[in-house]
Amino acid sequence: MTARTYEPYEGAKLERLEADAAAILARYPEHPRSGLLPLLHLVQSEDGFVSPDGIAFCARVLGLTTAEVSAVATFYTQFKRKPNGTYTVGVCTNTLCAIMGGDAIFDELAEHLGIGHDETTPDGAITLERIECNAACDYAPVMMVNWEFFDEQTPDSARDVVDRLRAGEPVAPTRGPAKVCTFKQVSRVLAGFPDGLADEGVSAGPASLAGLRLAREKGWRAPSGAGAEGATEAAVAGDTGLAAGRDSSVDTPTQPPSGGTADTKTRRKPSEEA
Amino acid sequence: MATTLTPVLTDRWDASRSWTLDAYRKAGGYSALRTALAMDPADVLAAVKDSGLRGRGGAGFPTGMKWGFLPPPDGGPRYLVVNADESEPGTCKDIPLMMADPHLLIEGAIITSYAIGCHHAFIYLRGEVVHVYRRLLAAVAEAREAGLLGPDVAGSGYDLEITVHAGAGAYICGEETALLDSLEGRRGQPRLKPPFPAVAGLYGRPTVVNNVETIASVPSVVANGADWFRSMGTERSSGFGIFSLSGHVTRPGQYEAPLGITLRELLDMAGGIREGHELKFWTPGGSSTPLFTAEHLDVPLDYESVGAAGSMLGTRALQIFDETTCVVRAVSRWIDFYAHESCGKCTPCREGTYWMKLIYHRLEAGEGTQEDLATLLDVCDNILGRAFCALGDGATSPVTSSLKYFRDEYEAHVTGGGCPFDPVAAARFAYTPKGLVHA
Repeated sequence: MTARTYEPYEGAKLERLEADAAAILARYPEHPRSGLLPLLHLVQSEDGFVSPDGIAFCARVLGLTTAEVSAVATFYTQFKRKPNGTYTVGVCTNTLCAIMGGDAIFDELAEHLGIGHDETTPDGAITLERIECNAACDYAPVMMVNWEFFDEQTPDSARDVVDRLRAGEPVAPTRGPAKVCTFKQVSRVLAGFPDGLADEGVSAGPASLAGLRLAREKGWRAPSGAGAEGATEAAVAGDTGLAAGRDSSVDTPTQPPSGGTADTKTRRKPSEEA
Repeated sequence: MATTLTPVLTDRWDASRSWTLDAYRKAGGYSALRTALAMDPADVLAAVKDSGLRGRGGAGFPTGMKWGFLPPPDGGPRYLVVNADESEPGTCKDIPLMMADPHLLIEGAIITSYAIGCHHAFIYLRGEVVHVYRRLLAAVAEAREAGLLGPDVAGSGYDLEITVHAGAGAYICGEETALLDSLEGRRGQPRLKPPFPAVAGLYGRPTVVNNVETIASVPSVVANGADWFRSMGTERSSGFGIFSLSGHVTRPGQYEAPLGITLRELLDMAGGIREGHELKFWTPGGSSTPLFTAEHLDVPLDYESVGAAGSMLGTRALQIFDETTCVVRAVSRWIDFYAHESCGKCTPCREGTYWMKLIYHRLEAGEGTQEDLATLLDVCDNILGRAFCALGDGATSPVTSSLKYFRDEYEAHVTGGGCPFDPVAAARFAYTPKGLVHA
């Protein structure tokens, strides 16, 4: 497959892509084709969509035909077949979010932006999408901007977000980094290249913590086990900065597995306990 | 209240910078790994088997048994693939877990890999959650830096690499064999089974595929023992799980409790159905599990009891809808989803979901007929058990269960010329509908 005459990229861009592609393939020793999805994300980070050049590049790197690469690229909704806006604004209109107000939010944005599903504003700023369930149902209705969470949206809040994005203002997701990145920047992260923003944002939003907060308030906890003592010791070890791999008091299990079997009776009915 | 919450997996989510190695270690993290590395791998597997831990991704297959299906080592590679493709409508537990506590998953993955003799594990994360990907990449980097990954894990002589891989938007990749195809750089289409992944999985090699919550449960089992785990839950559904309440609830969110808790108990904890309304229907485990109604409030949410009541525990994704919700609209949107996400490989699913979608749109537009209702059931009959994978079967669940409990509501759409419900009443906020058509 090396006798290809068409080289899609050149110069610094080609060098950059070659280096990144090599880094991707190194993650999958002996199985380079596993790098195809990251490579397609990488192409989107350069071109803003899976361009014909990008498909040719992936094909050459992996020794596949462009048809084989296209067959994969067209299967996945995150791979765009035409130039994408700077920000993909996805409104969840799967059942739960739709009913909680996602339909109204989508309608508001469609009217406000003058575009429909999978269309981009003329200024190239916003691509509007209906998206499927994004695993944040306890925050419904949910909107994703470049795959960052915007929880508990309303038509007004969603319109405000897109207005600020179009005005070039920094916009913070509810759970995510301090500022939404561009489509190209996020595509590079999805190709597996960290952008240094992992430490920004919250651990968990309020709904994620609803049960834990109630448990703390009521003093509810899981039964204590052998690991509870280990946890205390490990905390001490952590405080004294013990290096990983060193011997410590937690190297030995405080209690070996008790040796129950699949038939072991639990002797307890938690549902009958206070 | 009979049952209380038991935070184990969710216990560190409120800690400062909970996603960092430092915070995880301060809370006792990676001590289970040391315990495991001092054990024989077979004993780790035995502990998980004895705990009765069952897969938390929906199917509920016993985890230790799944690991035990791997053939004896032949010198070639064996793989762990963590299914982090959480996409089942209503399911929202793994994503917050990985965002708040990625090291818990990493620790579970290392212990599991050690137990099954794997030296290269993969975490397949859906691509639509970029901040979770950042946190996982950072956690793996931190763990490697600390000597917990790479050659000679924690001084044990055991080697392991973990690669976190981002998907690109496809529900079907949550199906374990479709996930493997996707991870191999192909379209995410399911494979014929057998052979099961335990025999021929990733790259045709023995592979364990487990859900995030399953793997995240492993460190506590190793640290505290099988009996501790079995002291929670029921005899055949042991342990704890995250119950995700969403929809028309006063305080939606994640509630970690022993299996066997009921929706009535969970609703008490979550402040009940939203003020002034009452429960109409709910999903016990995501949209692919048959609907329940108020008559199922006291069904213990464990694998056996939910099954006996005609549904499936699934992913404990409790999507809750009150009386303002049109069940036809709800199911119609789920069918849009299944039609969109059907991979197209097998005819019953590809064609069946497509035709059901058209029928639902007709019903919503007031153009449905009585015959359409019979056709829906007939189509379901032709999908269920005949589809290549569980996606098709799942698509029939909301259809047949909603027709069972709410047939009169379907008929009202036929005789009344459309939907008798006001969508505004069901929303979280007041608004004026724009009259756009959703199809």
